[in-house]
Amino acid sequence: MASRFGNSNSIWRQPLAVVGIVIISFWVFAAIFAPLISPYDPLAQDSDKFLTPGALHWMGTDELNRDIFSRVIYGARISLPYSILLVVLSALLGSIIGGISGYFGGRIDAIIMRLTDMFFAFPAIVLAMAVAAALGPEIRNAVIAITIVSWPVYARLVRGLILNAKQNDYVTASSLLGSSSLRTLVVDLRPNLAGPVFVLASLEVGNALLLLSGLSFLGLGAQPPAAEWGSMVSMGAVNFDRWWVGLFPGLAILSAVLAFNFIGDALRDALDPRTAKALRD
Amino acid sequence: MTLLSVRNLTVTLMTGSGPADAVRNLSFDIERGQILGIAGESGSGKTMTALSVMGLLPYKGKASGSINFDGQELVGFKPRDFRRIRGKDVAMIFQDPMTSLHPMLTIETQLTEHLRHHRKVSKSEARARALELLDTVKIPDPKTALKAHPSQFSGGMRQRIAIAMALACQPKLLIADEPTTALDVTVQAGILKLLDELRKSQNLSVIVITHDLGVLSALTDRIMIMYAGAEVESGLTSQVLTRPRHPYTRGLIDALPDSGADGKRLIAIDGMPPELGKFPSGCAFHPRCSFAQSECKTGVPNKVDIDGSRRIFCSVDPFDTSDSSAGVSR
Amino acid sequence: MKPIVEVKNLAVEYTRGDQKVRAVAGVDLSVGAGEILGLVGESGCGKSTLGKAIVGILQGAEGEVTFDGQPVTKIGRGQRDAHFRNLQMIFQDPYGSLNPRRKIGDQIADGPRIGGVSKGEAIEKAASLLERVGLPRNAVERYPHQFSGGQRQRIAIARALAISPKVIIADEPISALDTSSQAAVANLLVNLVEEFQMGLIFISHDLSIVRRISDRVAVMYLGKIVETGKTEEIWNFPAHPYTKALMSAIPHADGKALVLMSRCRSHSMMGEKSLVSCKMQVVRLKP
Repeated sequence: MASRFGNSNSIWRQPLAVVGIVIISFWVFAAIFAPLISPYDPLAQDSDKFLTPGALHWMGTDELNRDIFSRVIYGARISLPYSILLVVLSALLGSIIGGISGYFGGRIDAIIMRLTDMFFAFPAIVLAMAVAAALGPEIRNAVIAITIVSWPVYARLVRGLILNAKQNDYVTASSLLGSSSLRTLVVDLRPNLAGPVFVLASLEVGNALLLLSGLSFLGLGAQPPAAEWGSMVSMGAVNFDRWWVGLFPGLAILSAVLAFNFIGDALRDALDPRTAKALRD
Repeated sequence: MTLLSVRNLTVTLMTGSGPADAVRNLSFDIERGQILGIAGESGSGKTMTALSVMGLLPYKGKASGSINFDGQELVGFKPRDFRRIRGKDVAMIFQDPMTSLHPMLTIETQLTEHLRHHRKVSKSEARARALELLDTVKIPDPKTALKAHPSQFSGGMRQRIAIAMALACQPKLLIADEPTTALDVTVQAGILKLLDELRKSQNLSVIVITHDLGVLSALTDRIMIMYAGAEVESGLTSQVLTRPRHPYTRGLIDALPDSGADGKRLIAIDGMPPELGKFPSGCAFHPRCSFAQSECKTGVPNKVDIDGSRRIFCSVDPFDTSDSSAGVSR
Repeated sequence: MKPIVEVKNLAVEYTRGDQKVRAVAGVDLSVGAGEILGLVGESGCGKSTLGKAIVGILQGAEGEVTFDGQPVTKIGRGQRDAHFRNLQMIFQDPYGSLNPRRKIGDQIADGPRIGGVSKGEAIEKAASLLERVGLPRNAVERYPHQFSGGQRQRIAIARALAISPKVIIADEPISALDTSSQAAVANLLVNLVEEFQMGLIFISHDLSIVRRISDRVAVMYLGKIVETGKTEEIWNFPAHPYTKALMSAIPHADGKALVLMSRCRSHSMMGEKSLVSCKMQVVRLKP
């Protein structure tokens, strides 16, 4: 893998990337060992409501008497795996559609590209809301909705990369050797796509997390009583005079999104400049 | 009169695996109105030599030794000092003229901008000078050409325009890096003739960097052959190319399709030129040299002066005819 | 000698803006087993386009190209007909013709594997071919960036050889290489042609190398072949003014005369087809 991602700008030499890795490691640790770390059951309603942060409840309690610190820790169990699942799904869907678009070109390409234009014209959250609302408020439907609105970036990237790579003599050479279009796409072009798509996905994890939290905030994602950061922030918004209810899950979202973006940026810089440029275009 | 005098020039570049010398202990001179050819394969350091004269070495590249240009010492020059002489006293043209021409601007804008920057002349004066320059490089119909964009010209015409830009401020030295490599032979001949005329009419000194020995033969007065960052042979072009003394020079000439024995096979030099940072010890050519002795592997090659105007760096000197032991026919 | 590749009245037209440009304007040529045909001309004369049209990668080509008796089909989406896989091409730029992200062994093994050979066998064959073109067997495990230009061109040649082609079209195969690699790669091609009795169409702008290695030469100008014949005959008695001019414009390492052709080039970009007579001017740069 070292050669694929280039080693001249190792991401360990970039301080922000290290910060990102530390933060994400913290959240992964929290998610895995949540039962050991959190002092209370995240669903237990056995304290008083709206206790201010203190020695017993480090981040206070919410309106249903639950310990916010424990809920933030447990929240990592939903936010992290779901946001990674989301980018995997959208990257797969987007790469396949972009691959078809770029390789076959012509009318298929034109139709798919106009479709992506339509997606880009809408704010993602509005579109995701519409889809999620139509499917019904459930976290599974939120995942489907977010996948549906996030594939176009990958499709664009993959199409661009393929259009570039198709002009290479090695693609021509390959077809002269008898390789079919499909084989060329899978064998010859896939390795060129893996790196850039991976980098884009790492940059998009933060977005996916934000979208998922956003939908949950609006009541269209994770459902009560599940401890999900977005829905916890929404509870804070209702009780905006109790600052701690929304602040701590909000900080959790902020830290994770920032951390994922730091890592994604660093990965992009670590890639060779040509691919990095393709990503920015 | 000597315009450029380079002594013990060493250029160190930063590579992925630490610093490496791309040019090693190079010395040469150019007289006014002289054309010097520097020949060598990729990685031989010929381009880095030129870039160190221009002050355009890559990031973290460092030149040491001495480069005396027209009385000024260029080693240790600040970027600001280089900007003052670059384009004005020393100019450069490249293999692909599109790298020095802006694709979106008219020829007039590009030629006059250049003049107005260095010479602070009025717009109409600059335009007159631009027309004159286009005429010098034999662009047909200069007035129409001024209004055109680079893409409207063929490769040879673009190279002529690039030369016109380089000449705008009447430089004393022109460095031409593979000026005709991208051009067809019929066009190439025209560019070579132009360079030769410029040297005569403007007393211009020219360094031509190329791997094409044919071009060097037609154009240059003196040549220097480089291998792995160092000089292997230099002298009058006619002498070096017709009676090469260094095994590498001889190998290059023998490898040309129009020399050597009959039949379809060419005489190739075994092996490959070494990469930067992996230059062999002793004489860098020794692993590919059929005359190599044990001393070539470790010792610095001997400098052999021949007739005062010519020298080779070879401890073996297998083609030395002075004692008539080896019959050199070429 | 019975030709393997026969080209009759081949034409390729491009549309540039609203005018049509004939890059190749009715070309006939042929190449037989064990024969090297040199195709020379300057950039823009259509020689590369002609090469691509012969192997069938230009959709717009018209005219007849037969390979071993059968008309060559154009490359489509599906697998290429096994018969035409024996018609191969080598490209000018050895950096673009190899996939930078795939192992060399896998790339050479592609041809045999598509032909139904098992992976292990195909890789084994790749290793022995690498040896044949002068590279170490363990190169199969390495990536293209670990090799120099000349070595990559050898790898590209090995990839074409892997399916024992009957004809190779080599488009400027040595012009991007260093002086010392040029001779070695040219020798390799000559050796392979003799060893495997392949036909080779050697496309080049460099007359001196074409003269040296080709049995026959075709000189191309503005989309047409203006002169063709045995190499030595053309060299000794060039009939067409363009051939004469092209030959004398090459600067030689030992020669001093250069020929300038001031009126020779009518601009092919403008779509002109006729060749104006060449006004030659002999220049002596040095006394």
